[in-house]
Amino acid sequence: MENKELIPNLFRTEYQKIVSVLCHLFGIQHIEIAEDIVSDTFLSASETWAIKGTPENPAAWLYTVAKNKTKNYLKRHTLFETKIVTEIKYNTPINNPEIDINLSDQNIADSQLAMIFTVCNPCNSDEAQIALALNLLCGFGISEISDAFLSNKEVIYKRINRAKEKLKEENIKIQNPNSIEVKDRIKTVLKTIYLLYSEGYYSASQNTTLRKDLCAEAMRLTFLLIQNESTNLPETNALMALMCFHSSRFEARTADDGEIILYEDQDQSLWNQELIDKGTYFLSRSSTGTTLSKYHLEAGIAYWHTIKEDTAAKWEHILELYNNLIILEYSPIAALNRTYALSKVKSNKEAIIEAEKLNLTDNHFYYSLLGNLYSELDIQKALQQFETALYLAKTDSDKNIIRKNIAELHFKMKQ
Amino acid sequence: MNEFLLIFRRDFISKESQPSPEELQQHLQQWQNWFGSLAAQDKLARPLQRWDGQGKLVTSNKGITDGPFVEIKESIGGMIIIKAKDYDEAAAIAQECPVLNLGGNVEIRMAF
Repeated sequence: MENKELIPNLFRTEYQKIVSVLCHLFGIQHIEIAEDIVSDTFLSASETWAIKGTPENPAAWLYTVAKNKTKNYLKRHTLFETKIVTEIKYNTPINNPEIDINLSDQNIADSQLAMIFTVCNPCNSDEAQIALALNLLCGFGISEISDAFLSNKEVIYKRINRAKEKLKEENIKIQNPNSIEVKDRIKTVLKTIYLLYSEGYYSASQNTTLRKDLCAEAMRLTFLLIQNESTNLPETNALMALMCFHSSRFEARTADDGEIILYEDQDQSLWNQELIDKGTYFLSRSSTGTTLSKYHLEAGIAYWHTIKEDTAAKWEHILELYNNLIILEYSPIAALNRTYALSKVKSNKEAIIEAEKLNLTDNHFYYSLLGNLYSELDIQKALQQFETALYLAKTDSDKNIIRKNIAELHFKMKQ
Repeated sequence: MNEFLLIFRRDFISKESQPSPEELQQHLQQWQNWFGSLAAQDKLARPLQRWDGQGKLVTSNKGITDGPFVEIKESIGGMIIIKAKDYDEAAAIAQECPVLNLGGNVEIRMAF
């Protein structure tokens, strides 16, 4: 591989690993030192490799250099004596004169896990947590993150730094989840990972590669949780199943021009069977214990959507799952989806009565749903609904879908 | 927006009032859809809570007997707390309650 690609790729995979290990060792207060050492390591790599050629095992080279730089740093700085040494004492055996910077696979995994719990701390807003996760847990640069958020670099830079400062202010400990109360904290962690995934899956960003990377990173983090005994919970597996099922349709849901292709119009041969199978595997692993999380319900709904053929049983199951989901946690989008499922189980007429009770009059999906339900009963009424939806829709891709619906209705009227 | 307690009662004792297994299955589905519909309208003021069917009763002489309370034929099947503007809206919601299909009734109380 050319150096040009090699270093960015290594940066993506190795940067966050070494940062996690060093942060785990130093504590959150010295996160900048950890980041500086690792950035410096990558700088050395690009300089040295350009002259001497790429080493046989680039990752191992990075680890060795990072270790040495850390040791040198600690020797040079008095800060070490006064502050960090006390932190390290907790993490390494006493009477060990040489600081152990352990970059074994096991310690990397442990440190990453500890960092996931630190980054996904509710002291920061959801948005800040996602940006920080992308930066510290996924090795994304500021420009990539601002691309994903459709925001500018300055904003993202500030957001990430503020989030880091907040973690320091609150003195959030970087602890292995085995030693903390996982049950309470896992909810926030899973929520942030799911938001990270959704950011990739639903983002309006046209950069498909980047969006796929976001989804893949969310799945990688979830898998880290699954590989650790104390975080390998039913809801973790349910979230993994949900992401596998969604991802199986990634190729089918975007056209070459970046437009979203709706479920009904997707080419089923583009669905990824391997991911569907993986999703089914994790879903079965999630069905233990007594916890029924919203991820279980959403994964169940996503599972039924991997079966394209419309059967009565399919929609009855989906309606039941949506009923449970909306009872567990209200959201307008779940309310609308539930009503759609109801139309499939009962009839459009009954679903319209239910839909009108929702009264989500500032939501364009609400009018699109009504338009959809009316389209076989009263085309004029359906058109009115879609026009309102178009007026309320904000993004181009939403507007395009509504315009397509309107065009189809006009076509139907002429026939 | 006010909060209302809805208490569902029906006859769980007399044989002739009990639904067949098929009716019961259908009945459960009605409940589920009704709860789903209320939740979709964001009318549930509290998470749903299930209650056991039997219960216990403490009487005036401090005696404790196993439920259900059989002196009146109808016993409590469940209760929920909903959000509604006024008694009219709460009553309109209660009129859709599946317990009525099995000859039961709904008592409504407004929270202060």
